Amino acid sequence: MSREFDVLVVGAGPAGIAAAATAAESGLHVGVVDDNPAAGGQIWRSGALLPAAAQRWKARLAAAGVVRLQGWRIVDCPEPGAARAERNGAEITRDPESEGRRDLRYRHLILATGARERFLPFPGWTLPNVMGAGGLDAMVRGGLPIAGKRVVVAGTGPLLLAVAAHLTSRGARIVAICEQASAAQMAPLMMQVLRRPGKLWQGASYRWATKKSRYLTRCWTVAALGDERLRSAILQRDGKQWCVECDVLACGFHLVPNTELAALLGCRLENGFVATDERMQTSVPGIWCAGEPTGIGGVELSLLEGQIAGLAAAGKTSAARRLAGRRRGALGFVRALERACQLDPQIRDLPREDTVICRCEDVRLGALLGRGGWRDAKLHTRCGMGPCQGRICGGATEFLFGWHADSVRPPVFPALVSSFLEPDAASELASPKEAL
Amino acid sequence: MTPAWDVAVVGAGIVGAACARECAARGLQTVVIDAAGVGGGATAAGMGHIVAMDDSPAQLALTRWSQELWHELSPKLPREVEFESRGTLWVAADEEEMAEVRRKQGVFAAAGVAAEILDSRALAEAEPQLRKGLAGALLVPADGVLYPPAAAAWLMGEAIRMGAVMITSQRVIAAARGLVRTDNGKEYSAKRIVHACGAAGTDLLAELPVRKRRGHLVITDRYPGFVHHQLVELGYLKSAHSIASDSTAFNVQPRQTGQLLIGSSREFGAEDSTINYPLLRAMLQRAASYLPGIGRLQAVRVWTGFRAATPDKLPLIGPWPGDDSICLATGHEGLGITTSLATGRLVASEIMGEKPGIPAEPYFPVRFLEADHGSPTPTLYGEAAHG
Ligand SMILES: Cc1cc2nc3c(=O)[nH]c(=O)nc-3n(C[C@H](O)[C@H](O)[C@H](O)COP(=O)(O)OP(=O)(O)OC[C@H]3O[C@@H](n4cnc5c(N)ncnc54)[C@H](O)[C@@H]3O)c2cc1C
Ligand SMILES: Cc1cc2nc3c(=O)[nH]c(=O)nc-3n(C[C@H](O)[C@H](O)[C@H](O)COP(=O)(O)OP(=O)(O)OC[C@H]3O[C@@H](n4cnc5c(N)ncnc54)[C@H](O)[C@@H]3O)c2cc1C
Repeated sequence: MSREFDVLVVGAGPAGIAAAATAAESGLHVGVVDDNPAAGGQIWRSGALLPAAAQRWKARLAAAGVVRLQGWRIVDCPEPGAARAERNGAEITRDPESEGRRDLRYRHLILATGARERFLPFPGWTLPNVMGAGGLDAMVRGGLPIAGKRVVVAGTGPLLLAVAAHLTSRGARIVAICEQASAAQMAPLMMQVLRRPGKLWQGASYRWATKKSRYLTRCWTVAALGDERLRSAILQRDGKQWCVECDVLACGFHLVPNTELAALLGCRLENGFVATDERMQTSVPGIWCAGEPTGIGGVELSLLEGQIAGLAAAGKTSAARRLAGRRRGALGFVRALERACQLDPQIRDLPREDTVICRCEDVRLGALLGRGGWRDAKLHTRCGMGPCQGRICGGATEFLFGWHADSVRPPVFPALVSSFLEPDAASELASPKEAL
Repeated sequence: MTPAWDVAVVGAGIVGAACARECAARGLQTVVIDAAGVGGGATAAGMGHIVAMDDSPAQLALTRWSQELWHELSPKLPREVEFESRGTLWVAADEEEMAEVRRKQGVFAAAGVAAEILDSRALAEAEPQLRKGLAGALLVPADGVLYPPAAAAWLMGEAIRMGAVMITSQRVIAAARGLVRTDNGKEYSAKRIVHACGAAGTDLLAELPVRKRRGHLVITDRYPGFVHHQLVELGYLKSAHSIASDSTAFNVQPRQTGQLLIGSSREFGAEDSTINYPLLRAMLQRAASYLPGIGRLQAVRVWTGFRAATPDKLPLIGPWPGDDSICLATGHEGLGITTSLATGRLVASEIMGEKPGIPAEPYFPVRFLEADHGSPTPTLYGEAAHG
């Protein structure tokens, strides 16, 4: 089963939605592949009361006649112009050989793969009910009951406020919001947020919604305690430590861009982000990138970049250029966000020698001390060798040791062996009319 | 001026590490220099199958001795080396291949390698995931599996414990006439230089009869008990894979972690680490033809590595004609994990002037210079499907 597109978009978050809709409105045949059950990416997930902008964009996407593969994932790009999609969780479908996999061909590829949360290890971080802040947020949107639960939100960045506000609205009791940065460090970011009311991160309103709970700057979790599950957390601020009881600890130390697919395709990275020109084209002609992989900048910037990429891929250069000017203006926010989320070096000292760093392979800090780099550590301790291929521990070891993950190899996500067994996509192209 | 070192080993793959350990054990002042760290070259890409192979009597002598040495070492090997003696099953598809099973058993028996013939039923019982109707197999219980980077690190650690010095992150740019020079301007003078750079050997000795032979491997998620032995086909006999062309073979290894390593492919002329998708596909189709359920497993990573191939599939171990200081330890093709220990013994014996445990001459590099010159031509018969 395969299909040809003028433009194939990977990821249906704000950037991908904007890119796909814009390119399709320009008359191109567009497909979008996203591994979640519904479009929306990290923030516009179903189940939530969607903001007006989200509803507008989703309506545009629907109206533009974009072919959508929702719940599918690009796992590999075996040759230029070809991408292999696999149903998310294909392993459990009854007949993966025939239903779980599709070959897609494209003239232009727009990578809108978003970002993931950075997890940092501290004693107890692997206990049940210690989870990612964004992950918890999504689970609550998906129906996880949180009312009456005592929640500590810890980490860094405006995400903490957003999550706390949402959980509060669902009846959670926020025990504390621990922001590792100082108030002074956060100030320039908050100024930017306030200067653009109703846009970007809406930090002020989040703050307001959670004012009953405690927002502590220069504060972090030193340890999570419990046996089978979490019972309490030890917090630290200015050298003082205290214990708070809680049912859930939601952690998020800002975001790590999903650049694996771009790296696999040979796109140049710069300081860990995908390098693009003004029109969002990567170093590989015909491959474009929009949203968080180019720099963590929030919804508004993701939408802008998605539109630019969609227009530029469709050859609408002057329209793309106009938006590129607006994008330049918005890039200050990326830098403000980055500075605000700069991690306190003391957080490096939190894990103990027996603290797990790589969950897939159960590698503890002690095994990693003294290693020469990511590859050395990986080969000799198995750190990052498991199914997540360093997606989780790579963000931690980057901060703890300054290591950068080595070469990306296929598949981008674990994929069925049978995904590599099939003949060339080109040799079995189905008619374009075939339903996907 | 007297040289600063007795021995300078260039390359800290499993072969260089094994050489360093044997040299250090004999009290030789040994320095090991690697462009990266320990075990990051082919050693990090290989399967780690410790296997007795009988393509030629010399190959059998070297692999059998190595296998024995690994078994002697096994009580000392730390957990992370993951050494296990699971045995190999050489799988026969039909009666013609069963004849090969019997021939192989005879050859192994003569060399002192125990091997047991399984009929069709016994094979199906031993490995229920194999396709039905296979003719049988030869079980070689003494064959084993280990995790090569950890094995190399352990061997190197032993060498260091006995006084060897390890220099990492220095690329050697010249190593001849008793002098090793690195890219950061350092020099190491040594009575003997051991060239153990694997497939990169020709960077330093352009005339080496070694070619890069790329291989693909796939590692899966954890499926404990899916297969129990290293499974290798005997089908290479009929598919007439010659040393000259690309080939694939069914070769699947269960790891201690429950993961499966799926091989194997061989190709010449590929110098980079990208994936050759048609070859990868052929390799996996081959595997799926023996293990029909394998398509449903999740692959976690696909990678490539380079074997250092010689025209006669025997390694280059011993003095390098024309430079008395050089002793080679390269060209191990798909067997360097297995034969690293014997290579270390042969190299140390050569340097000390000892009588080695097996005759060393079949592996001497001079064999290629004695033949008529020019590019060594492939002369070989079908070849086995080992890693
Ligand atoms: C709880 C929370 C609250 C937030 N609040 C705000 C806010 O108030 N204001 C603000 O400006 N920003 C906010 N953000 C950040 C905002 O979500 C991001 O800036 C935005 O979602 C980025 O859009 P994107 O399209 O780049 O990526 P994403 O939204 O991350 O979308 C990427 C999509 O691509 C999919 N994908 C990735 N790789 C593949 C693949 N290989 N195959 C198929 N699919 C793939 C992902 O699963 C995902 O669905 C918030 C984030 C969170 C988590
Ligand atoms: C896909 C595949 C599967 C295999 N499976 C098996 C198997 O199952 N069983 C088996 O026995 N064998 C197997 N092998 C073969 C085995 O991996 C190799 O024979 C073995 O690793 C060779 O070790 P080495 O030390 O000679 O080379 P390498 O491990 O390549 O080490 C060479 C070292 O030299 C260093 N180096 C190179 N040039 C320089 C320089 N100029 N200066 C300084 N340092 C330098 C490198 O950094 C490297 O560390 C397999 C190989 C492949 C590719």
